[in-house]
Amino acid sequence: MTDATSGGLSAAAQPKSSLLQPSRLMKKRNAAETRFKAYGIAAIVLSLATLGFMLVTIFSDGVSSFFQAKLSFPVELTARTLDPKGNRDRADMVKITTLGYNKVLAVAFEKELAARGIAIEGQSAKDVVEMISKDAAGSLRATVLANPSLVGSTLDATVLATGRIDGYLKGRVTMQTAERDSNVTPAQLQLADKLREAGMLTSSFNWGFLTMPDASDQRPEAAGLGVAILGSAYMMLLVLVTCVPVGVAASIYLEEFAPKNFWTDAIEVNISNLAAVPSIVFGILGLAIFINFAGMPNSSTLVGALVLSLMTLPTIIIATRSAIKAVPPSIRDAALGIGASKMQSVFHHVLPLAMPGILTGTILGLASALGETAPLLLIGMVAFVDNYPAAPMEGFLDPATALPVQVYGWAQRADPAFIERSSGAIIVLLVFLVAMNVLAILLRRRFERRW
Amino acid sequence: MMSLKKISTSAIAILAATTLGAAARDQLQITGSSTVLPYSTIVAEAFGENFDFPSPVVEGGGSGAGRKKFCEGVGENTVDIANSSSRISQSDIDLCAANGVTEIMEVRFGYDGIVFASDVNGPEFALTPAQVYGALAAQVAKDGALAANAAANWSDVDAALPAQAILAFVPGTKHGTREVFDTKVIVAGCKDTGAHDMFLAVAEGADEKEKKANADKACMELRTDGKSVDIDGDYTETLARLETDKTAVGVFGLSFYQNNTDKLRVATMSGVVPSTESISTGEYPVSRPLFFYVKKAHIGVIPGLKEYVSFFLSDEIAGPDGPLAAYGLVSDPDLAATQAMVDAETPMGPLQ
Repeated sequence: MTDATSGGLSAAAQPKSSLLQPSRLMKKRNAAETRFKAYGIAAIVLSLATLGFMLVTIFSDGVSSFFQAKLSFPVELTARTLDPKGNRDRADMVKITTLGYNKVLAVAFEKELAARGIAIEGQSAKDVVEMISKDAAGSLRATVLANPSLVGSTLDATVLATGRIDGYLKGRVTMQTAERDSNVTPAQLQLADKLREAGMLTSSFNWGFLTMPDASDQRPEAAGLGVAILGSAYMMLLVLVTCVPVGVAASIYLEEFAPKNFWTDAIEVNISNLAAVPSIVFGILGLAIFINFAGMPNSSTLVGALVLSLMTLPTIIIATRSAIKAVPPSIRDAALGIGASKMQSVFHHVLPLAMPGILTGTILGLASALGETAPLLLIGMVAFVDNYPAAPMEGFLDPATALPVQVYGWAQRADPAFIERSSGAIIVLLVFLVAMNVLAILLRRRFERRW
Repeated sequence: MMSLKKISTSAIAILAATTLGAAARDQLQITGSSTVLPYSTIVAEAFGENFDFPSPVVEGGGSGAGRKKFCEGVGENTVDIANSSSRISQSDIDLCAANGVTEIMEVRFGYDGIVFASDVNGPEFALTPAQVYGALAAQVAKDGALAANAAANWSDVDAALPAQAILAFVPGTKHGTREVFDTKVIVAGCKDTGAHDMFLAVAEGADEKEKKANADKACMELRTDGKSVDIDGDYTETLARLETDKTAVGVFGLSFYQNNTDKLRVATMSGVVPSTESISTGEYPVSRPLFFYVKKAHIGVIPGLKEYVSFFLSDEIAGPDGPLAAYGLVSDPDLAATQAMVDAETPMGPLQ
């Protein structure tokens, strides 16, 4: 601290010094402080600007994924095509593939356009039919098979429009790009304008984005986060269930009971090391132990959760230990002094007081596990999964993906509509992360005690 | 803490339940090439829609990695199908055999074209393999001798090309696409310019075959002065780089180009415009077959495997009017033979 105070305070030696007239040295010190403050502010501004830039790009790309263009028109479920045998028996009706349903949709759509007198010069029948998402036939088939008595009736169907038409309503696709685009024609866009005037083409909040499973490259409009959200939720639950008991027990033992010797020091160093190991290493470990050795199913949330648990455990142990350390020794001494056993003092007094810290650490650990992709890559969770996992416990063994994995997967797809979906998935992930961090802060505010 | 005790007991119970009951797998597991991945997901989705089986789980990650995973062994914890954008190698077959995977069905389901494309507002490129070689190779033939490539503009290579600085984004060496790019464009161009003969003259090797392999390898050396850039990510990364460097030329799969025709302008190769038609007739030279490999031992064990493979190869899916062709697959003219092979469950013979 050489620049703290220089020179003595004897007023006689420095008669000219005055608080109102700062000396040269004083000015220098003040200037250094001002500079330091400026650096600090610059650092904060820089990081906020980066964050702001990131958020602006993500939101400007991604918010549109929460809206989706849909076509509504009545569909006559002709018995002749959908149930040739006429017995409304599901076993016979499954033989009609989505191709048959495609035809039904196409006929119904064209009929409705003709009835309303909507037509564009130079449009081909193919142009018209291809405005309907390829997903529509599949969902119509599922609806009909679930309820065979619908055959023969007319259904007011609301189906997804294709990604390009959706993009046109969102301004991503324009007449200029459509001329060069092999997946959409200007005639389709003109037709879309007319359909919008007629109220057949509407854009509404896209619940499907949050509930539907992933979709292939040909139908970006049908891709949703359902499986990913479910997979992430299952994994977080399992990570909580496996990590908290193990982590808390380990911390209590190390902090309260373990003798201080070479071994506990070694363990302590290794826990800190584990917290710094790159997450992909845990993926390799998980593949070797859980899948190849223990024979657990590939791509399952259980394996994913165990791998993430290994990764989160050191964080939880470190947080728990510091929370326990923060409980003043007088609490333990008082408990022991009135005759409590060591275990009673820990479980009745220390642990409840350390709980807020443990909870905060756990939630922050979970939040970092939620955003993790690399270890899941090796255990087969970075995949196309089209089926929802079953309900727990069985569902823990079913294949699923996770939110960050979906972001990664969609960012690699060829269709530009997936870029929007990818940013939309980031928004959902951010909402989860912010919610978890806010919860951690609230818990800390509410329960934390200071001594 | 009662709840703590409860939590830990349930954790142990879950662990026990899983190790005991490695329940039968319902869904197919498919892994491998990221080029085949979009085709595979299209089929998987349609399969889930039309059959009472759940949709298969499809992973990407690369042809080589996929085949290695495929060859890990037989059983519910191993994958059923490996997608591959290049043919299986003898070392893979040996690895498979060592792990008990003896019967493999080789399914070729179509062809994929590789195209050169630049920014849609840039000049048009009409390339030949010789020009690509002249622009990108480390050493080129100049005045009858090998010399380090000094071309700075495309017009330096051939006056017919645009006077634009050379900058090309080519797939990194871990991609299957690179192999096709190397053999069908670079080595072909190397031969056309006469550089191959010069490499052959100085090549080391015990016999003709080894010399030729070394000369091929010398041809494939690309320049390292920043004019040819390896892209290790996928085509989305190449596209993003093209959008920042408007004067560059990138290498893409045909299907990727067809989904981004509003942003990319495709270059002709030896005067042929790449399209599914020109590739199926063999006019467009830069194409490759796409495969998937099926573990025969899993047919009848994993539900839906045979049905999936037959569905994949059916005319309404893999045929010229099917969804795969609409996405950019060049359908195989010999599809009927492959369908018959799958019906008979004929495993592949030794590699020729």
